[in-house]
Amino acid sequence: MSAIDISALLYLVSAVLFIFSIRGLSSPETARNGNMLGIIGMVLAAGTTVFLVREHLDPTTFGLIAGGIIIGGGVGSVLAQKAPMTAMPQMVGMFNALGGMASLLAGLAAFYAPAAFGLIDAEGLMSPRSLVEMSLSVLIGAVTFSGSVIAALKLNGSIPGGPIILPARHLLNLLILLVLIGLIVMLAISPDAQAGNGYLLVGIAALALVAGITLVIPIGGADMPVVISMLNSYSGWAAAALGFTLSNFALIVVGAIVGASGAILSYIMCKAMNRFFVSVIAGGFGADDAATGGAGGGVDDRPVKIGSAEDAAFILKNSSKVIIVPGYGMAVAQAQHALKEMGDKLKEEGVEVAYAIHPVAGRMPGHMNVLLAEAQVPYDEIFEMDDINSQFKQADVAFVIGANDVTNPGAKDDPQSPIYGMPVLEVWNAGTTMFIKRSLASGYAGVQNELFYRDNTMMLLSDAKKMVENIVKAL
Amino acid sequence: MSISRTGWAVLAALCLTPAAFAASGNEQVDPMIFRIAIFILAAFIGYYVVWAVTPALHTPLMSVTNAISGVVIVGAIIAATASVLGESNPEIVNKIWAAKWLGAASIAFASVNIFGGFLVTNRMLAMYKKKERPAKKADAA
Repeated sequence: MSAIDISALLYLVSAVLFIFSIRGLSSPETARNGNMLGIIGMVLAAGTTVFLVREHLDPTTFGLIAGGIIIGGGVGSVLAQKAPMTAMPQMVGMFNALGGMASLLAGLAAFYAPAAFGLIDAEGLMSPRSLVEMSLSVLIGAVTFSGSVIAALKLNGSIPGGPIILPARHLLNLLILLVLIGLIVMLAISPDAQAGNGYLLVGIAALALVAGITLVIPIGGADMPVVISMLNSYSGWAAAALGFTLSNFALIVVGAIVGASGAILSYIMCKAMNRFFVSVIAGGFGADDAATGGAGGGVDDRPVKIGSAEDAAFILKNSSKVIIVPGYGMAVAQAQHALKEMGDKLKEEGVEVAYAIHPVAGRMPGHMNVLLAEAQVPYDEIFEMDDINSQFKQADVAFVIGANDVTNPGAKDDPQSPIYGMPVLEVWNAGTTMFIKRSLASGYAGVQNELFYRDNTMMLLSDAKKMVENIVKAL
Repeated sequence: MSISRTGWAVLAALCLTPAAFAASGNEQVDPMIFRIAIFILAAFIGYYVVWAVTPALHTPLMSVTNAISGVVIVGAIIAATASVLGESNPEIVNKIWAAKWLGAASIAFASVNIFGGFLVTNRMLAMYKKKERPAKKADAA
């Protein structure tokens, strides 16, 4: 067996280790071991590559590699240690961006040094197929990069989080797509490009960077979980395209798995919002309805029952079962620690406490679970929507903190509602429903929540963290 | 989530097609076919493995996929080690140097993902705790 065969087998082993690293996430107990297998897989893949190219490791080249790893690894380690858990969505967004950028640069490098990648024939030319593969890794990498940067900036609040509508955006995106396809075809058949000359590939990269921006900027707010998952998926497809260029098993397998993972998460998120993936990606949701929803909210002057922290504490203390429903508002107010303290106090009083998580609560898949884990809420007190919905009937209090649309009964029984058909947490079945909100404003979807005006609903109008802290004091 | 019979049929066909071609003549199978086969089979594996991930761990799933997609570092290292030895054409030498620097930058970006992704995943996973029942009993007593 030649060195190249052995290395191909080692890449295959690392691909299997990556599969096990994701498999480990099927339960919190096996997840950390899984992560370790992933690290071993990565060391194996990188080590195998260094072994393959060992003859070309002159001091300068070694410096380039070591420098890249030290700088990048250092930055990554610091970020990973310092980032607060509430910042995870933008952190993942930024990692997506860097993954896209890495594929983009590696694809460009393959174009300029095809010999090193074994991509040239006897006459020193690249095949059209190699050029197409390269341009795909450059294109997808570029879209992933600029799209993820926009998404991360939106999540970080650096630019407005809502949808930003560009004029004729569908036409614009379609036009960009057609031009990109045209450029790839030109690149593939151009004798100049086959000899590694010209700037067509750079042009593809530049236009794809624009496409990433125009694609993501009209999508906003609560659609973000879908966008983040979708870009996660893209970073995988970009890696897979690079894997085809290199005929590397590890890259092809990882690319396909990461691509599938992001796609599945997008699907789960869309299903939980009862929306079609295409209509989410088309963007603009919330922008068109906000005006009408706001006006509708203005004329609604039905009475609501507004409670104080003391009222809430009294009811909570005297219940036997409380289900807490956290939403994005809890993340914004950083109320998870106060919430955990409240839960502990209630448990001391003999109250049964459980948490109910809607799949799209927060700004990325699993966002609420991480925040509650950070506050040291045991994961066996936290339930998914389908597992806990039937239990609201037995609960005395449903304690909704920073969530709105995911509890809207209109989704179940009002066919006129824009969110009709979306699966929701049936908090209204509990004896009392408490809402911590800053105002009576409608939720992200611009839909009034009928529940606010019901008799057994108590509104606690305040900042989520402050209100929970006051309730803890009153308990 | 049950896999349909068609799904399995497609899978089997995908596995067998290259073999069938290989057996059918003395021509070699285009290696591209094998790459496509691996890619599609891996996507199926991804599909089942990811559906098995508990929703509570969807955020760590995303950060660990960030980390493992840093495996593009493989391509970046190859780019950085492109050799100018034996090249006399200054134009080609320049292009190879451009590729080496692009490779180095790509290594840096991929490394942020690898180190950052695995570390932050580990940090998150360390927080997931089960209810401590024995400790509680001790408290009560």
